[in-house]
Amino acid sequence: MRRDASAYLWLSLGVLVFAFPIWLTLIGSTHDASTIGRGDAPLLPGPLALENYANAWAGTGGGRIQGQPAWLMLVNSGLMALGIAVGKIAISLISAFAVVFFRFPGRMLAFWLIFITLMLPVEVRIIPTFQVMVNLQLTNSMAGLIVPLMASATATLLFRQFFLTIPREYVEAAKVDGAGPLRFFRDVVLPLSVTNIAALFVILFIYGWNQYLWPLLIINDRSLETIIVGLTKMIGNGDAQNEWNIIMATSVMAMLPPVAVVVLMQRWFIKGLTETEK
Amino acid sequence: MATLSLCGIKKQFGATQVLHGVDLEVAEGEMIVIVGASGCGKSTLLRIVAGLESATAGIVRIADRDVTALDPAQRDVAMVFQNYALYPHMTVFQNMAYGLKIRRMSAPDIRKRVDDAAALLGIGALLERRPRELSGGQRQRVAMGRAIVREPKLFLFDEPLSNLDAKLRVQMRAEIKRLQRRLGVTSLFVTHDQVEAMTLGDRLVVMHEGHAAQVATPMEIWSRPADTYVASFIGSPAMNLLGATAENGAIRLDQGLLLPLPQAGGLPHGQKLTLGIRPEHLLPGQGGLTMQVELLEPLGSETVVHGRLPDGTVLTARLPGEVTAEGPMPVILPWDNLHLFDATSGKRLPVRAC
Repeated sequence: MRRDASAYLWLSLGVLVFAFPIWLTLIGSTHDASTIGRGDAPLLPGPLALENYANAWAGTGGGRIQGQPAWLMLVNSGLMALGIAVGKIAISLISAFAVVFFRFPGRMLAFWLIFITLMLPVEVRIIPTFQVMVNLQLTNSMAGLIVPLMASATATLLFRQFFLTIPREYVEAAKVDGAGPLRFFRDVVLPLSVTNIAALFVILFIYGWNQYLWPLLIINDRSLETIIVGLTKMIGNGDAQNEWNIIMATSVMAMLPPVAVVVLMQRWFIKGLTETEK
Repeated sequence: MATLSLCGIKKQFGATQVLHGVDLEVAEGEMIVIVGASGCGKSTLLRIVAGLESATAGIVRIADRDVTALDPAQRDVAMVFQNYALYPHMTVFQNMAYGLKIRRMSAPDIRKRVDDAAALLGIGALLERRPRELSGGQRQRVAMGRAIVREPKLFLFDEPLSNLDAKLRVQMRAEIKRLQRRLGVTSLFVTHDQVEAMTLGDRLVVMHEGHAAQVATPMEIWSRPADTYVASFIGSPAMNLLGATAENGAIRLDQGLLLPLPQAGGLPHGQKLTLGIRPEHLLPGQGGLTMQVELLEPLGSETVVHGRLPDGTVLTARLPGEVTAEGPMPVILPWDNLHLFDATSGKRLPVRAC
């Protein structure tokens, strides 16, 4: 009993520490700009919630620093995150399938080349990537936002490891049954990978949603601004008062889609991380 | 219905020669069991027949059609795998129907075939379950069902019973045999279990180090093993093999006993021989060899006696009833049941001492 009580105490403390900033943001988004501007940090909700969220949503409350409407930035972020997650999963599935189930010259070389790119974070290859995008005239476009972030060594590696656990007999049974490689991919490999795909989707969606550096570089057309970049741009450089209430309302809205994805996919996500269906 | 014919099948993995030219003719509706110790190439041979592995040399013919270069799907064979290889995300019905679906059979036809096969195997009630909800024996049946619905020219079984417990194995063994008889499909069955081989096969192929050491009916293999390997591999407990030398129309065992076998007359004087006698053929009695009993294994209807001859050679006897012998026990070697092999090549000598 005592151990239970202290466990709850520590866990509750942990939750408080993690949840407090979010609570502050949530509360901040219900007061007027000057309350927070004064340096007050109210802990109880104010009266202006609806107004602040409506202004943030429509982009009308920015005062002197006019932001983009939140709905537009949310759409941009959503498209980008979806594109990255779906694209990455599609490409990694196919390349892992090739590396695991086919024998071709340079197979291991191809695998190691993919694997080595794991060691290079986005930031390291950002200059050459930018150059390539400029040459392809893909700056200021959704494609430019998504494509460079799509090839993924991590996901390829993950799927490869999973595919290696698929018994060879399935391949052989499929061969005897008369299924060609693509048929085998669609009818056997894909259904077996569903939980892995779901888990990866959650991780990659959040990865895509939280992208900052690349969208900042490749986009200067403000109608393509993502919410993470837009949010930082709403915070001024000091010569005007920040509309903290609007910023916080936008932050709250920026948090919701990843939360929704996690909540919706939670069942699959946990299944994918813990059990392999065999 | 088909005949299978293998001609000079060789297989090399890198520098390792796994199969050294295997020839085999299988008649229509025959059940052939390929048996051998692990690593003898029996599974490789089966996989070459299935088309999952390509032979380095040799020709595979199914129903007089050269299929050596064809894909497994084009060979019209069905295979039952050791771990069943049922697709875990499909129901039993979908598993059985998959091969037919790929062959673009119409849905009602598939339904009918699967239902027929399921009824035959007694798995009609399981069609909507998934493989992980089935017991080992049920999975085994589904794997069989998947092969049956295809109505192939050839069934291939790759040690399908080795994942079952002993009791179920005996039951499934009988069932497979009945089913094979009933369907009359030519079958190739790989196993390392000699009892399985003896009971299932119309003929056996005993594989040894990439050769087919002997191809014959179970009884013939038991009563006239082609070489010392087959002699010791088939039969339990294994045949006793004793060193001997031909001596003026008789045979002298290394233990000193002289057996004046009339048929040994043709053997050149001094030829080194191996004399084989099955444990069940040894009889207690004076005038033969004397073994020092080391261990008794009572099996109810009979007793297996393990012992040693004075020079240390191991000898096993299987005697009817209960045996309480201890210490030295005299046994005689009935001439009728002696097997003679050449000591250097291990091959059976044409003269059977009878």
